[in-house]
Amino acid sequence: MFFRPLFRLAPDDTRIHFMRGRFMGLLVSAILSTASIGLFFYPGLNLGIDFRGGIVIEARTPGPADFGRIRQALSGEHLDAAGVQRFGAANDVLIRLESQPNEAATQAAADRVRRALDKAIPGTKVLRVDAVGASVSAELLRDGILALGISLLMILVYIWFRFEWEFAVGAVVTLLLDVTKTIGFLVITRIEFDFVMVAAILTIIGYSTNDKVVVYDRMRENLRKYKAMPLRELIDLSINETLNRTLGTSMTVFLASLPLALFGGATLSGFAWTMLFGIVVGTSSSIFIAAPILLFLGEHRLRKDSQGVRAAKPTAAQLKRGT
Amino acid sequence: MLYFSRLKTALILGACLLGVLFCIPNLTAAPAAWLPWRQVRLGLDLKGGSYLLMQVDMAAVARERLDDLVDTVRHSLLGADIGYQNLKAQPAQNRVMFRLRDPARQDQALRLLREAAASNTPGGRPDLEIAPTNDGQIALTLSTVAMNERATAAVQQSIEIVRRRIDETGVVDPQIARQGESRIVVQLPGVDDPERIKALLGKTAKMTFHLLDETANVAMPVPPPGVEFLPMQDNPKVKLAIRKRVEVDGADLSDARAGQNPQTGQWVVNFTFDSAGARRFGDITRANVGKPFAIVLDNKVISAPVIQEPILGGRGQISGHFEASSATDLALLLRAGALPAPLTVVEERTIGPELGADSIRAGAISLGVGFLLVIAFMATFYGLFGWIANLALVVNLLLMLGILSLLQATLTLPGMAGMLLTLGMAVDANILINERIREEVRHGRTPVAAMEAGFKRAFGTILDSNATALLAHVMLFIFGTGPVRGFAVTITVGIVTSLFTATMLARLLMVRWYAAEARARRPVALPV
Repeated sequence: MFFRPLFRLAPDDTRIHFMRGRFMGLLVSAILSTASIGLFFYPGLNLGIDFRGGIVIEARTPGPADFGRIRQALSGEHLDAAGVQRFGAANDVLIRLESQPNEAATQAAADRVRRALDKAIPGTKVLRVDAVGASVSAELLRDGILALGISLLMILVYIWFRFEWEFAVGAVVTLLLDVTKTIGFLVITRIEFDFVMVAAILTIIGYSTNDKVVVYDRMRENLRKYKAMPLRELIDLSINETLNRTLGTSMTVFLASLPLALFGGATLSGFAWTMLFGIVVGTSSSIFIAAPILLFLGEHRLRKDSQGVRAAKPTAAQLKRGT
Repeated sequence: MLYFSRLKTALILGACLLGVLFCIPNLTAAPAAWLPWRQVRLGLDLKGGSYLLMQVDMAAVARERLDDLVDTVRHSLLGADIGYQNLKAQPAQNRVMFRLRDPARQDQALRLLREAAASNTPGGRPDLEIAPTNDGQIALTLSTVAMNERATAAVQQSIEIVRRRIDETGVVDPQIARQGESRIVVQLPGVDDPERIKALLGKTAKMTFHLLDETANVAMPVPPPGVEFLPMQDNPKVKLAIRKRVEVDGADLSDARAGQNPQTGQWVVNFTFDSAGARRFGDITRANVGKPFAIVLDNKVISAPVIQEPILGGRGQISGHFEASSATDLALLLRAGALPAPLTVVEERTIGPELGADSIRAGAISLGVGFLLVIAFMATFYGLFGWIANLALVVNLLLMLGILSLLQATLTLPGMAGMLLTLGMAVDANILINERIREEVRHGRTPVAAMEAGFKRAFGTILDSNATALLAHVMLFIFGTGPVRGFAVTITVGIVTSLFTATMLARLLMVRWYAAEARARRPVALPV
């Protein structure tokens, strides 16, 4: 453990024919992403307070919470639309209100909930109050979408700049498929979609791109190295060669996110579970999606110059010597 | 490639040392005042406190300027006995329009208005254009530049007034800043019930003294020109006919204190004018003994007492059914001054101290466990070079903290998550390097050549993969707000520092290790 590595994630001579599963991979991915897009429209994301506006109040009562009394006190303040629910421990209460017709009313309603709580159960501690007006939530939503859109665009441009265009298209299409699946995940799990989730998705995008860059880099290198190898074999070879990198880099981020999901508390666990899902999706898509797309796009283009010599496959010895 | 000059070694180690030094201020108080003692700030979501986002009503700023202009026109023309009609403000076009009854006096009217406009902007260029229109009206159009300047000034002034009001409440270390065009962010550490502060900030607190139009009947559908019907503060159904002209302005107050009337025991606000205000107050009260004098606060009449005798000392008293708290708050508002435009709170985020402490604990536990998992992973799968990566990881964490301290960045709960993710991503560069070295060794290269090739070849991949992550997080910083920005900052800083520790520091350590082994003439095989 202190000098030599104890294990390898994948043995060095791993030669899995990933490209045989390319149709399967794309098909499964397409189905999942289409289903996710469907889920996005119905039932839709569980928008959190950042994007929907309204009021969320978390309070801790001295003893086990008496929900009937809290509801009664709230209706005394004409706040009947309030949702009151348990949140974690028996004395933790979560109160939700939709956003009010105008900004001042939203803020006033938050103050009234505070007062009602204090009157209903004296000694109640207000842990958290979020009151977001409609104009702010609309702006946050716009900013979130802009952040996602521009990031995707910049990544496209960057990869385009550094690689051939087939790589850029392959990466961004894969990223879009990753993002749609993540959104499907969020719909199914009903994890609240707040600005922090935009951060999670952006991190997944950034991270997933890392993975793709590693594989693409190897393909680009191998394209120069094995001028005669058919693209399909070359892609398989590249994936196998970088398997330890892909799995290793994913494992570390996975391991770093796991404690957040388990111990990170209400705010961060949703974020962390999304990250974990995104890491798994991002890693598998590097292998099963990004590579096949490149195979389809690049079958004739990336190998234009070597059509004639395609028959001359490299020998095993050539493969080994490499450079 | 494998050779590190003394200078380079010293620079790398020096940078690490500097990073560690910058972390120290977070541990203890500054030993001397002259030392640059910069610390990471804890965000409100960890420390507990209240965040308020407020919107300055920009339309009101424009409207008020136009109303002033209408007043100026009325006074100038009436003063010269020039008849006019249809005098009105058109906010959409930023202008005031009217028609002269006698078109022959147009030149005289224009001259009078230009003089009035020039006297309103001493020294500066007049901010409006006065010209007859084609259909025989006269238009006073405010320039866009001037309106924008006025709006900017209004936000600046609002920030100042907000600061004064909050300072008066005794909140420790509040942060008040402008956000975007017309918003103000207020951060109040340690405040877990901002209701009073919200109420204080939500009041314009524009206090003015007016004479009443005793001939007007408040039952009339439209008030006569220059008069408006305003409700009483404590009984909105009762309205009074108030002359629009401001006789004395609350801005001329030098002090205001809550107190009790010794005779009645009622709560009142005692105020003192500065010398200019006192003179004007004295003049008005002397000229209007026996008439009611209205005190108007934010378009509501607090009271309209009849002037018994001239008030010459510049001292007065407002009595209007106050309680101790409302009198104290009104005195505070009057001392701090009026907002140039109404403020509306559009967002509140309050975190109680318990939840903040819970969050810190949860974040710290996650960081600790995550850190151990990553270290164990690297040690298991990469042996010695894994440990070197782990050492670089620790230094990376310290460097991150050092730079965040230097930037006086705010550490938020998502920021802690960002730190943890950075830990996971930082070792990725080491994985790429180690895998490459291993490959080169398998291809039969000597240890030196393999290491050299490993660093060189992996670097391009590392750069490409980090550049895209960096782009995404810079976008997040630009578009994000509050805690999410904290996340973007920590990750952005973490990516940059990890590039340094994973490639420079880890490489230095690996090369040093190899050189030491080779010098000891041991047969060296790379532990990959």
